Amino acid sequence: MKNLFSLLAALGLLTGVAHAKLNVVATLPDFASLAEDIGGDKVKVISLTKGTEDPHFVDAKPSFIRVLNQADVLLEGGAELELGWLPPLVQNARNPRILPNAPGHIVLAHGLKLLEIPTQLDRSQGDVHAAGNPHFNLGPANFKPMAEIIAATFARLDPANAAYYAANLKRFSERLTDKLIEWEKLAAPLRGVKVITYHKSFEYLAATYGFNIVGQIEPKPGIEPTATHINALIPNAKAAGVKLVMMEPNRARKTPQFVADSIGAKLVICPILVGGSPEAKNCCDLIDCNLRALVKALQN
Amino acid sequence: MKLKKLVGLSSALALSAMSLVAQEAKPVELKQQFEQLLLLQKQQAEQIESLKKQLEAIKGQPVTPGGKVTPPDVKIQDLERRVSELTNNWASKPWLVEQKWKPGDPIGLGRSGASYLNMSLIGLFTTGTSTANDIGALQPGGHDPNQRGFTVQNIETVFEGMVDPYFRGQANLIYGMDASGESLFELEEVYLETLSLPGNLQLKAGQFFTEFGRLNPSHPHSWSFVDQPLINNRMFGADGMRNPGARLSWLLPTPFYSEFFMTIQNSHGPNAYSFRGAGHAHGDEAEEGALVSTFRHPDNDRGVKTITDMLFTPRLVTSFELTDSQTVLMGVSAAFGPNNSGEENFASKTVTQIVGADFTWKWKPTNHTKGFPFVTWKTEAMLRKNQVGAFDWSSEEDEDDNGKFDAGVLVDTMNNGTKFAAVMAAETLTDYGAYTEFLYGFRPGWVAGIRYDWVGGKRGAYEKRGLLKADNETDNQSLTEEAGPDHSRGDRWRLSPNITWYPSEFSKIRLQYNYDDRKHIGHDHSIWLQFEFLLGSHGAHKF
Repeated sequence: MKNLFSLLAALGLLTGVAHAKLNVVATLPDFASLAEDIGGDKVKVISLTKGTEDPHFVDAKPSFIRVLNQADVLLEGGAELELGWLPPLVQNARNPRILPNAPGHIVLAHGLKLLEIPTQLDRSQGDVHAAGNPHFNLGPANFKPMAEIIAATFARLDPANAAYYAANLKRFSERLTDKLIEWEKLAAPLRGVKVITYHKSFEYLAATYGFNIVGQIEPKPGIEPTATHINALIPNAKAAGVKLVMMEPNRARKTPQFVADSIGAKLVICPILVGGSPEAKNCCDLIDCNLRALVKALQN
Repeated sequence: MKLKKLVGLSSALALSAMSLVAQEAKPVELKQQFEQLLLLQKQQAEQIESLKKQLEAIKGQPVTPGGKVTPPDVKIQDLERRVSELTNNWASKPWLVEQKWKPGDPIGLGRSGASYLNMSLIGLFTTGTSTANDIGALQPGGHDPNQRGFTVQNIETVFEGMVDPYFRGQANLIYGMDASGESLFELEEVYLETLSLPGNLQLKAGQFFTEFGRLNPSHPHSWSFVDQPLINNRMFGADGMRNPGARLSWLLPTPFYSEFFMTIQNSHGPNAYSFRGAGHAHGDEAEEGALVSTFRHPDNDRGVKTITDMLFTPRLVTSFELTDSQTVLMGVSAAFGPNNSGEENFASKTVTQIVGADFTWKWKPTNHTKGFPFVTWKTEAMLRKNQVGAFDWSSEEDEDDNGKFDAGVLVDTMNNGTKFAAVMAAETLTDYGAYTEFLYGFRPGWVAGIRYDWVGGKRGAYEKRGLLKADNETDNQSLTEEAGPDHSRGDRWRLSPNITWYPSEFSKIRLQYNYDDRKHIGHDHSIWLQFEFLLGSHGAHKF
């Protein structure tokens, strides 16, 4: 009996050790990057999506159930971005800590001002998301509120290290402020530039740095390009004086290249997630590398 | 400095306006305050613009005649800081977002997972033709195309949502139409599922698809082919194995994903086809009822006397990633339960055992777009041992045109008066089969697939008695080589290439060709065009 108790105590200790670090599961590498910035060595962070993937269409791999079963925190973007794969995984994870609306389940979109909230929902208009454009991870203005939400969550779930998270948040905010200034300068030539994008992935970046998105290669969100649409797009873009065509790295380049060539614009490949290109190692690098690519294309 | 004041003032105004909104809710005031807010927003935007213009003006100057860039002015940095703070501020004030009623609350038609009730309606139809004259037997699945021309395969309504903090509920109610145009209703699935049982357990209870293999627990709209694999029909009947019951599943504490399911369900009814369920089905193949009756009268009504009268289905499944782009899932399943061939007065209870193994491999590169390209290879194999009890026809009062019973002898009047022993001995019948399918998503929205089906069984003693000969109206070739095979258990294979186009996630169009080869019946060609639409919330896809 005594042995059994000591065994149980040892087990308890072991699990205690295992829980010393907060287990954080992020749906996107961008949220994982922020969680690492705030959590430092007090957290263990896993991203379910790879930076090169299309975040709308991730496979609900059963191994994710295992990962979610162990999670203390789930950081989800929300705004229907992960709708196609996350809900059954969360339901099957048997983990009350991360069930919808539990303290450990954080929907980052809830604290942000999203763009393009539709006034009416109609699927004949393509894949329109009811809560607004979900690609807010490309909006530098969203980094601070997201980091704040994450820091508050970590502090609530791990109060012993609250001061540590607060200090990391402060450090992150300071670095971000410097970055914001740097980007403001870097992106100055982009102001007022007319661009076309493939999918509506870059609205937040455009809103922050003042370039105008005048059209999409996709006729409607999530709908593959058609010849009719492209034939109408080219003269319109030409008339508008479009200088750049932006696209995500994982799409077929033939059509966007054709459009860019036809209107005399430059095709720029812009990663939309952290890890989408080798340089985009964290949220700030992602903005860095996109702005640099755009400015470079504009100047050449 | 004037600016700073302005910003401060405007924020204060905005905040006070908000608190007013919170206190009083008179529509006119609300409207005024909202307009004020909008005005403030506009003012702030103008401020940012003017600040940025100032910045650009300053930035325009710094190149000195020597070509060197002057170090950034502290003043500029200060300005810039304020610009970014302003933009930042905006975004972090969620109260600036208009709070409107959204079609997503609280009854969800546009999404899932965040409302009381998510609803959807799925319509699945086919049109096509076949060289076979017995399409019901050729396409034995309950949701298969059932005639030349148009078939209503499956009209599925789904209701799904969180019941309370403890349960999630789901109902799939099916409407259909049989080949004669008669409307059908099926209580396909209605169940609740626990959300947070301790010990990594999950309980599901209600009416639901049995967790056996890959295809059986899935709904027709998620299938990759127009029709159900033949082996599923042989083992689980036209509509799949589903019955009222409960399922406990346990997420094993292994470093990779592995889960153990134990399902206990009623063993009677048409959806427990291999158990106490023969006698009803959509297609001719099952309607003969030859599976478990095998010239014995089915005994469906003996009720539940002990726990062994229930149907038990254990399943173990495991999955892991081979590389970032390759995922493997493997499972073994079994189902045990009584069948309806043993009459009570004839010795012991007869049982059916089904075992199955499944393997799924998927390749999807980490730089996919919209989930394409991908390759999936899925295989399921099953084996059934089916005991049939001894049976004495001479004990039957009933006489029909097919024969008459005389002191231990059965005379087949339809077959030149051939005589048989009236007592059929007990035996164990063996059936097996498999399907394997490849899917290749070669460009966004387009999937090419091919499936190979194969089913067979060892001939039972009852078949060798020649009793079946008279029943086979569908035969189109001579039966000289073998006497009276049971076509519902005969050898058969089918090859089905298809191509599917998904215009969006909410619709699909699929063209499929089937080459069928049924032993003793012959080969047939069929071509089917399937179309589907989905209204309402789109449930997430499982792996």
